[in-house]
Amino acid sequence: MEAFKDFVNHVTRPRVLFPLLLVFTVLMFPPNEILFKINKKLRLYKLWTRMGGIIFFSLMIAFFAFGLTDPNFKKIVTKPDNVPIVGLLFLVNFFLWVSMKQAYENDARMDEGKESSEAGDAKEKVLVWPDLVYIEFISLILCTILLMVWSILLKAPLEEPANPTVSPNPSKAPWYFLGLQEMLVYFDPWLAGVVFPTVIILGLMAIPYLDSNKKGRGYYSFKERKMAISIFVTLWLLFWIFLITVGTFLRGPNWNFFGPFEYWDVNKLEVLTNVNLSEYFYMIWFKRQVPQNIILRELPGFFLMVSYFGILPPLLAKTLFRNIFKNLGAFRYSVFVVLLLIAASLPMKMFLRWAFNIKYIIAIPEFFFNI
Amino acid sequence: MTVPNPLQGDAENKSVVATPITRQEQTASTEVMDRRSFLKLLFLGWAAFAAVAAGFGTMLLRYLFPNVLFEPKQSFSAGFIGDYNVGEVSERFKKQHRVWIVRDSEKIFALSTVCTHLGCTPNWLPNENKFKCPCHGSGYYRTGINFEGPAPRPLERFKISLSPDGEIIVDKTVKFQQEKGEWSDPDSFIVT
Repeated sequence: MEAFKDFVNHVTRPRVLFPLLLVFTVLMFPPNEILFKINKKLRLYKLWTRMGGIIFFSLMIAFFAFGLTDPNFKKIVTKPDNVPIVGLLFLVNFFLWVSMKQAYENDARMDEGKESSEAGDAKEKVLVWPDLVYIEFISLILCTILLMVWSILLKAPLEEPANPTVSPNPSKAPWYFLGLQEMLVYFDPWLAGVVFPTVIILGLMAIPYLDSNKKGRGYYSFKERKMAISIFVTLWLLFWIFLITVGTFLRGPNWNFFGPFEYWDVNKLEVLTNVNLSEYFYMIWFKRQVPQNIILRELPGFFLMVSYFGILPPLLAKTLFRNIFKNLGAFRYSVFVVLLLIAASLPMKMFLRWAFNIKYIIAIPEFFFNI
Repeated sequence: MTVPNPLQGDAENKSVVATPITRQEQTASTEVMDRRSFLKLLFLGWAAFAAVAAGFGTMLLRYLFPNVLFEPKQSFSAGFIGDYNVGEVSERFKKQHRVWIVRDSEKIFALSTVCTHLGCTPNWLPNENKFKCPCHGSGYYRTGINFEGPAPRPLERFKISLSPDGEIIVDKTVKFQQEKGEWSDPDSFIVT
């Protein structure tokens, strides 16, 4: 048992967990034919069947049931603040499973030449009163009961009046902001707090203009919208749900990482001394002083950024995204690819921090310009 | 008998009153507002609206500046040099003035307790010999230099000086930032 706990503690270090989850998510939701074939070969799509769902959720419940026997795990998971996040983990996975199950069933039906199972819905007529209003009324009563039971069983986590000189350790944002708080660990406030949220909102607004696929409207289907579903689910699961989970369960005192079975030790010593890319470049690889001149000093970072946003898009248009470029045209393709690259830069920087303690790619603290 | 509305045009009245020209209709047509008086009224209305808006605006602006501001004094006396041991980070004034007094082998300086990342208050961890912010994990050496986590620049230092009777005076209105090369300023420390 102890060995299993140790194993979990090691696997849940983000530098291990994140790449694992990324590979797993991309294989579960393959964006193109090649990965789709791998998915088929590994029989991963079996998760989207009744049996797969029963096994998956049994494992999940078993993990939490086992975890509750551990005092450290129990303390964090049963904290009134965190109970809804446990619910969120189950609910997100459940609804994802339900919709993917329906999508795969529809894909199978359509392969046989039949209509999607939702096609009949449009022909059937249902009355608002009483059919819909009754359902709404019953849901309303059930939700009220749930909220009342919840408020009786779990105490509201109220604390003493705010005091600017006392920051609780760890200080956590409300759960829906934990993704942003986690982003703020890797980026300066102007990027993580201003630019990224704006880009996220603009990117969501841009989706209808970027997605030219006319299939899969009004019915569940995976096969017909592989790329769209893959991108959305990966971003949603890994950059929002995963970051909220990490912020809730794995971030402890002094904002250090703790495994789920680890004691939250305020004095846990973690060596995290930051190194900028310029320091890596000049001091470690070339064994010399970092130059005084700002432009010269940050040349490696500038080079990296320019090639990432300048050279990569045309390169991808010629190779991986050839069809997308043809479908969307130059302008919409550029918007699509820049949004995608910005989204991808986030986990890249996070991983660089976890694995190599890289702080900034471009570091000009003199002008508040750090990336 | 309907009373004709002066603001409604002739067309409306004609349909109501069958006779072509009556006395009543004549007076009605003279009561129709002409362009000049309409513009006058319009101007008057907007002027009144602007005056009210301006009045409320100034009241709102005034509201932003409180009558009394309960702020602790920006400069305070921090005792004598002898009160601080060499190698000590004193948290005596953290709560009241948000300042750490640090003494090393050569000098005493006053560090701001505001994290340069997003403004939380870091904790001094004597065992690890560092300041550590609980919000996003920024870490600072005892000198105030940032070395881990997301903080973009070192903690700020405040002006510190000795009064004629040997008391340490910390003045928070003047701050010194390392990245601007201001920590070599003699006002930013006291040589012991």
